[in-house]
Order: sequence, then structure tokens, then C-alpha cells
Amino acid sequence: MATGILRRVLSRVSASSPSRFVRIRAHASEAEAQQVEQKATASSNLKTFAIYRWNPDSPSKPELQEYKIDLKECGPMVLDALIKIKNEIDPSLTFRRSCREGICGSCAMNIDGCNGLACLTKIPSGDSSTITPLPHMFVIKDLVVDMTNFYNQYKSIEPWLKRKSEPPVPGKEILQSKKDRAKLDGMYECILCACCSTSCPSYWWNPESYLGPAALLHANRWISDSRDEYTKERLEAINDEFKLYRCHTILNCARACPKGLNPGKQIQHIKSLQLLG
Amino acid sequence: MAKLSGLQKQVLSLYRAFLRAARTKSVEDRQQMESIVAAEFRRNAKQIDRKNFIYIEYLLRRGNKQLDQLKSPATVRLSTLDPNPEP
Repeated sequence: MATGILRRVLSRVSASSPSRFVRIRAHASEAEAQQVEQKATASSNLKTFAIYRWNPDSPSKPELQEYKIDLKECGPMVLDALIKIKNEIDPSLTFRRSCREGICGSCAMNIDGCNGLACLTKIPSGDSSTITPLPHMFVIKDLVVDMTNFYNQYKSIEPWLKRKSEPPVPGKEILQSKKDRAKLDGMYECILCACCSTSCPSYWWNPESYLGPAALLHANRWISDSRDEYTKERLEAINDEFKLYRCHTILNCARACPKGLNPGKQIQHIKSLQLLG
Repeated sequence: MAKLSGLQKQVLSLYRAFLRAARTKSVEDRQQMESIVAAEFRRNAKQIDRKNFIYIEYLLRRGNKQLDQLKSPATVRLSTLDPNPEP
């Protein structure tokens, strides 16, 4: 008898408990679903991007066009937002991009008034952001600017190794001590994105005659190179009221540089060499 | 003739520079270049609103770039492509 009752109780418990258990779980999953829905509504984080548009093929005045995108479905960087807009909203939006990791320098643009690489700039918090091309550059289309002058200035400082004597061991590299190599740190990292030059007021007013922070940083890179034997000629070539001395150490360049370099400091180094030499 | 504006002078000197650059090429290519350049200038002169400075300045910059390419001795011919051919 006793065992019979016990068995009955057991069977009852075993019969009822699964159903209860199931009911509890059903409740839990319902609650979870509600939570998920709440999250989705509360956090579909819309942000407006006002982007500079100008297309030479349908000539009219340039304008800021607004795009609304959900940041929850977008990567963290400004470039992710631009690519999302191009993919999903407006395929005619034009901008340069390549590596998406800050090594090519293609996606330099002005984001909320500050020059930077779109791929290294986090989407700013706030309801809206303005994206325009690099300031004081000629626009080719939308966010693409004409870099001809900038590249010609880089070319004008002759950015290559120039020697008067034969290398110490013919057919081999010219070696450099660790100390000499360390002098190039803070310069060789420059990727020529033009963020610094286009943030410089001096460069805005004299883009043709003043070389700009980027070109001068590279000039100093070759002046400081222990293997280069044209240091004196290089210094003479840029010893010019406009080419070099339009730098008034405003230092917008150092603020703008997405690689964290300080072109102003390198220009100061050239100036001090000019005084010594 | 009325006094020309700065922009008009720039356009005319660009046209002149194109004709001069064409003179360095062979006789046959030169004629072809001149006709293409003239057609382009006349077409834009007709189509573009004379107060659309932004666009005219853009075309001037583009023209100067193309002129630099044409000046190079390596350039021997010009050719054009009509994006909207008439049926």
C-alpha cells in the first residue's frame, strides 16, 4: 500500500512538474521577446548626415543633402556610414576610399568641421553631422577633391634618395645606424592624406606658393636622412619666404593629423637648420 | 568688341593654348585635334549659362589638366566618346 501511494505521488509529481516547468519557460521567453522588442524600438538610433553634394554633369549650386541612417545597423566609423548610404540609399554619392584602416589616406574629408580620415573617425555622437570635402580644395565631385597641386608640391621637394658618392659596398644597401634611423620616426609614417595642409590657414591663402605642412614634413624627412648627401641643396631649395616661411606655427596641422604626427615641429627643425647653415 | 571679363580671357587663352599645343603634332592629327577642341568649346559656350561660374571654373581646371597631357610629346592623338549617341 505504502509503496503504492508513494508511486502514485511520484507519478503525479512527475506528471505535473514538466507542465509547470514548461509554463514557466513559456513565460520567460515571452518576457524576453518583449524586452527585445523594447530594445529595438528604444535603440533604433537614427542619425542625420548632411553631406556636401555637387555633380559636374548636372551643373547647379552645391548643396548639403541629408541622409538618415540607423546607427544600430551600421559600423562604428564615418566611412561605414558613408558606405551604408552609398549601398542602401544613394548610389550616386561619390567619395574616395580604399583600405578602411588608415593606411592609404584616400578618405580624407572634413567631418563636423575637423579634417580627418573617415575610416579612423568614429561617428560623432549627437543627432546630426556634416560631412564636406577638404576645405579650400577644388571639388571634382561630391567629396572628391583635386589633389594635383598638393602632389606637385610633394614632387617639388624631390622625395627620393640623392647621393653624390657611390654606396660603400657596390650593389648593396646603404646601411644606417639605429640612432640615425630613429631620426626618421614621426615623419616616415605620413601617408599624404592632405588633412594637415588643408587645415592650415596659411596654406588656404597661399596654396600655390607655400608648400604646406605635408610637403615640408617630407622635405625634413629627406634632410634628416643620414644616407642623403644633398642636405645643403635641399635646404637651399626651400629657403624661400613663401615656400617655407609662410608657416606661422599655427599648428592646426598637428591637431588635424590622423596619424598623430606633428608637421609643425618638423618645419621648426628645418627653420633652425636654416639659421645654423 | 566689349571688354572681356577675367573668366572670358581665361577661356580664350585656354583655347589658344590648345591650338598651340596641336601645332606640335603631325599635320593630320593636328586638324583632327583642332576640330575636336573647337567643337568642345563651341558646344559648352552654347550650353552653359554664362553666370554658372562654378561650373565654368571647373571646366577651366579640367581643360588645363587635359592641356598638360596634350603638351606631352608622348601624346599623339585625341579621341572623343559620345556618352549619349543619337539613335
